[in-house]
Amino acid sequence: MADLYVGKTEEFGDRDRKIIAQGTLEIGVFHVDGEFYAYENNCVHQGGPACQGKIINRVEEVIHETEKTAHGLKFSETDVHIVCPWHGYEYNVRDGRHPGNKNIRLRPFKVEIKDGEVYVVV
Amino acid sequence: MDTGIEQVKENPIKEITTYTDSRDILAKARQQADERNFDDIFIADIDSHHTETESWREIIAYIDDPVVRAQAEEMVLHRSGTPPYGLNGDLALRYQDVGGRIPHQAARSEKVDESEIKKVGHRDIVLAKRAYEAMSIDIQVVFPTPMLFLGMHPQFDMEAILGKAYNRWQVENILKKDPKQKTMMFLPFNDPESALETIEEFGDAPGCVGFMVTSVRYKAVHHNHYMKVYRALEERGLPLGFHAGYYWQDPFMMQINRFGSMHALSFVWCNVVHMTNWIMNGLPERFPGLPVVWIESGLAWVSWLMQRLDHTYLMRSSEAPLLKKLPSEYMKEMFYTCQPLETDHIKATELTFEMINAKTQLLYASDWPHFDFDTPSVIWDLPFLDEESKLNILGRNAQRLFDFSK
Ligand code: FES
Repeated sequence: MADLYVGKTEEFGDRDRKIIAQGTLEIGVFHVDGEFYAYENNCVHQGGPACQGKIINRVEEVIHETEKTAHGLKFSETDVHIVCPWHGYEYNVRDGRHPGNKNIRLRPFKVEIKDGEVYVVV
Repeated sequence: MDTGIEQVKENPIKEITTYTDSRDILAKARQQADERNFDDIFIADIDSHHTETESWREIIAYIDDPVVRAQAEEMVLHRSGTPPYGLNGDLALRYQDVGGRIPHQAARSEKVDESEIKKVGHRDIVLAKRAYEAMSIDIQVVFPTPMLFLGMHPQFDMEAILGKAYNRWQVENILKKDPKQKTMMFLPFNDPESALETIEEFGDAPGCVGFMVTSVRYKAVHHNHYMKVYRALEERGLPLGFHAGYYWQDPFMMQINRFGSMHALSFVWCNVVHMTNWIMNGLPERFPGLPVVWIESGLAWVSWLMQRLDHTYLMRSSEAPLLKKLPSEYMKEMFYTCQPLETDHIKATELTFEMINAKTQLLYASDWPHFDFDTPSVIWDLPFLDEESKLNILGRNAQRLFDFSK
């Protein structure tokens, strides 16, 4: 087990990220709503650079509670996605999972903050 | 002193956008190619795309009709806010990049230096080369993009006018300059006379390895007026490809509200109809020496249609009297490009490979730079294929089918 130094916390704006590499292992470290998350930059689909994609809120469909009628789309107020730029697989930034299949998941890494510095445990 | 803290490198590309270099977008494809030694094997990509609208100003200069050419040039020079002259792209084109989530589909606005253009001869060659080298592709068959809708153009002659202009531009500016790029030439199929002229004009052109019908059209492929077109191709030993596409304004598709749903069906439906007519009217018996390639509908439809047609034919053989064997037996003698390969139900994929005789009939295709492109690893990593099948599908089947020395 080793700690990979990523940078200082102050270097990360909101919804910011860094892509770090050690050998062929690439890891995306994300800072979203004050929390840090890290995943291997390797999409489950075809091995694309998932962590280098768009960060965008999950799209939800507005359904009337009792009538079940549809009233358009909206962006989620809580769920934030990372989208793989190769073909569009989306992953929740908080757990790395695809919204339609929990087994489709980016490989997560633990992030540690020590004295204002960000480390990834590999 | 060992601090237990390992030094890491930072990748400067935090986010891939429309301005990212194709080599950076495809860095992981390059890595996959290196890990699998793709540089040591022959890879032919039988369907990739050129964004012809980016070179439209040059292409319209090749239009024969002086009045149409003048209109096109006037529009390019002086009018803004409209799509390129003459093109009738489907409204669905605006949804392909999933609202900006797949940038390489939206645009490739990456930097290209003048010196690079000078070296290879054209900006479009620089872009193609960056991508095919990243994927370790040795030969790439290239098709246009919005021109795939020209079969639905309300002006009957526009398909032939623009098709010929594009073919001429492509020969002069791409095919003569880059021996790795080939094409199945655009065939203006709505007008059989123009189609025949096109075969005569371009059949021997450098880089022309066959001819391509855009499948989005309402034309019956078994109509008598196409027989001379098929005969001309058969005589020249040039394969005929049906390149699929979608058409959201098709009455049935107009019930669908989401691009993805429409795309999933419409990209297959056009080829389902043409294949059905092709088989049930006995065209394989009439042109036994004409290889036919079905392009960009994926593969799942083929096993489904084989079952549907065999079941029907056995009950109603009097409606297909030219057939001497089952529809599926003709279908497994035809050729298919693999992309977009459906692999989410791997047992079904394996069965489909078996049913279409993939070992000899399947051709790798990337469809780069479109949103559902496949790298060569998609074939290489299939768990059920032996090595010979992988090599065949990635390149050897195409080498047997096409004359890449042209
Ligand atoms: S590789 Fe990520 S979506 Fe395909």
